[in-house]
Amino acid sequence: MNQEVADAYWKENISAIMKLLAVWFIVSYGCGIIFIDELNTIEFGGFKLGFWFAQQGAIYTFVILIFVYAKWMEKIEEKYDIHE
Amino acid sequence: MELQSLIYLFVGLSFTLYIAIAIWSRAGSTKDFYVAGGGVHPVLNGMATGADWMSAASFISLAGIVSLKGSDGGAYLMGWTGGYVLLAMLLAPYLRKFGKFTVPDFVGDRYYSDIARTVAVICVIFISFTYVAGQMRGVGIVFSRFLQVDVNTGVLIGMGIVFIYAVLGGMKGITYTQVAQYCVMIFAFTVPAIFLSLQVTDKFLPQIGFGSTIPFQFDDGIRMIESGTYLLHALDQSMTDLGFGAYTVSHGGTWNVFMLTTALMLGTAGLPHVIVRFFTTPTVKGARISAGWALVFIAILYTQIPAVAAFARINLIKNLQNVEYTKFVNGEAVHLDGTKNDGRWFKTWENSGLIGWADRNNDGKIQVAAGKAFEGPKGKPIYDGEKRGPNGERLTKNPMPSHNVSAQEMRAKGQMVNEVYLDRDIIVLANPEIAGLPNWVIAIIAAGGLAAALSTAAGLLLVISTSISHDLLGNMLMKDPVTGKSRLSDKAELMWARAAAIVAICVAGYLGINPPGFVAQVVAFAFGLAAASFFPAIVLGIFYKRMNKEGAIAGMLTGLIFTFSYIVYFVFLGGDKADYLWGIAPTGIGTIGMILHFIVAIVVSKFTPPPPQEIQDLVERIRIPRGAGSAHAH
Repeated sequence: MNQEVADAYWKENISAIMKLLAVWFIVSYGCGIIFIDELNTIEFGGFKLGFWFAQQGAIYTFVILIFVYAKWMEKIEEKYDIHE
Repeated sequence: MELQSLIYLFVGLSFTLYIAIAIWSRAGSTKDFYVAGGGVHPVLNGMATGADWMSAASFISLAGIVSLKGSDGGAYLMGWTGGYVLLAMLLAPYLRKFGKFTVPDFVGDRYYSDIARTVAVICVIFISFTYVAGQMRGVGIVFSRFLQVDVNTGVLIGMGIVFIYAVLGGMKGITYTQVAQYCVMIFAFTVPAIFLSLQVTDKFLPQIGFGSTIPFQFDDGIRMIESGTYLLHALDQSMTDLGFGAYTVSHGGTWNVFMLTTALMLGTAGLPHVIVRFFTTPTVKGARISAGWALVFIAILYTQIPAVAAFARINLIKNLQNVEYTKFVNGEAVHLDGTKNDGRWFKTWENSGLIGWADRNNDGKIQVAAGKAFEGPKGKPIYDGEKRGPNGERLTKNPMPSHNVSAQEMRAKGQMVNEVYLDRDIIVLANPEIAGLPNWVIAIIAAGGLAAALSTAAGLLLVISTSISHDLLGNMLMKDPVTGKSRLSDKAELMWARAAAIVAICVAGYLGINPPGFVAQVVAFAFGLAAASFFPAIVLGIFYKRMNKEGAIAGMLTGLIFTFSYIVYFVFLGGDKADYLWGIAPTGIGTIGMILHFIVAIVVSKFTPPPPQEIQDLVERIRIPRGAGSAHAH
């Protein structure tokens, strides 16, 4: 495998990780910590939104993020033909 | 059947299952022993990782912590799950491709240095031992409370069980036992949680019930809370009435919650006993998926925890507020709607020293509110032997100011005085009794608590024994200076691994029986050190090709020494809170250690020669998934 393919693959991998980690940061630190008070003014059911993110929503999002990442990487690897 | 016989039955059955699995999955080679032969299915591996990860603390203490802290408990919930996202994206696939057995393997090879390897080995052993001591203690506590054996005997029995399957089976035995332990643990947590959810909110799923309305009215001591109120609104109202502050509002300060969450997330991603789980999958793709499954299995428990915490908090107020002690503990009290309010659990846990009641206004009734019920260290009751007071409550030696304000006067003033001490572990352990659930549910909790503690202890012991036999003996002390390979045969190394596991179990047992007095604080230690040492070292090793050994060693030592000294100074040497660096509590300081590690490592590497070509090639190789093959020793 030549160096150009490897570098292009790596670049795409990093960009995928950065996008997913941005979501990771927004749901946990953003919604659950930094803007918790602001979001708490919004209510759905019996939940204040910020509180819900800190104790439920962030965890669900984390699970989805990992599976999206695994699928995404599979696609990238097939594109560059370096899958296992 | 009697509660006691049911507990023996369930615990006995679960132990038989673990031992049977251990015998079935004995390890034949070092590869079996270290990484379960490298062929564990991702879903099973995820389940085992979940059991490994969720310790006695997650199972027994976390709901109590969240119940106590309310909104700020989110730091623990997000921190201990969010770390898996980092693990899946930044560490697991590359370490799997690297394809060896341990974290020191990676640090030593990537930074081509035995000094780096030694620092890593010391960290692994220190982090794992502090953590395992807490687990053994947890085993002892469950035994003493549920099986009425002495804590020390409990630790010895726990040691015996772990001994059988960890020493015999190594990673292979542990992985399959942990799958069984996960099932026991999740069943034990979910069944009472569903019962509670039905009782408190009429909803089946705790995650839904958490946001629903309560079907009963209760008196919080200051005002009547009507049925049909949202559970969380009811909690906010009564917590405010009783002086705790609203449940769903953050009181800890954004800054400290931020720091704590980060330290827990990065610590999770850097803990050696978690990382090593991803060496056991057959492929790189498997390692990614496996991290996802691990988090699914963890999330099943972690999304229930805050719901159980809220149910428990409301149940405590509903059941305890202004109830007559004597009637209550004899099972004769009733709720407002006429249903039975059986308080025999109160007496049981008072007898075991986890609950204390002081009738400070001498009205014979229990009052709960914010503030310490007992003067003295941590507000804990110091019992005066077996002496009993006028209502039959246990007397204490704590000095406590009494007053003569009746419940009616307090209601009029809108201020309550707290009379009850509750250990936070009670929230999970006594919840089924508080909610009046059937005996078999209580018996399951005992088996679940043991499963949680044993599965984590076994995973940690394996990491310790591997560090000694593989990293210390195989790769350093017994390394042939000419060929650079270990002089130990596979068989001899396996023997050493087993011997090291035996020694590790004995040390862990000793620490469990004679806890160094800081078991509660080890969490800060283990997570802080993992966040400040392994996480940056591994991430830089993969993502920054230019990182060399000088930078890595300088970075690791900076992160470690800084975090270690900060925690030791403020936790053990009595440092004053006012001197905290930027107000950061010791539990969150790993975050700063981690940042220092990154800065020092990068700066030093800029001024020192780049790593040799073969190391740069190694980095290129671990970035590309193709050709992972199975884990190999040399």
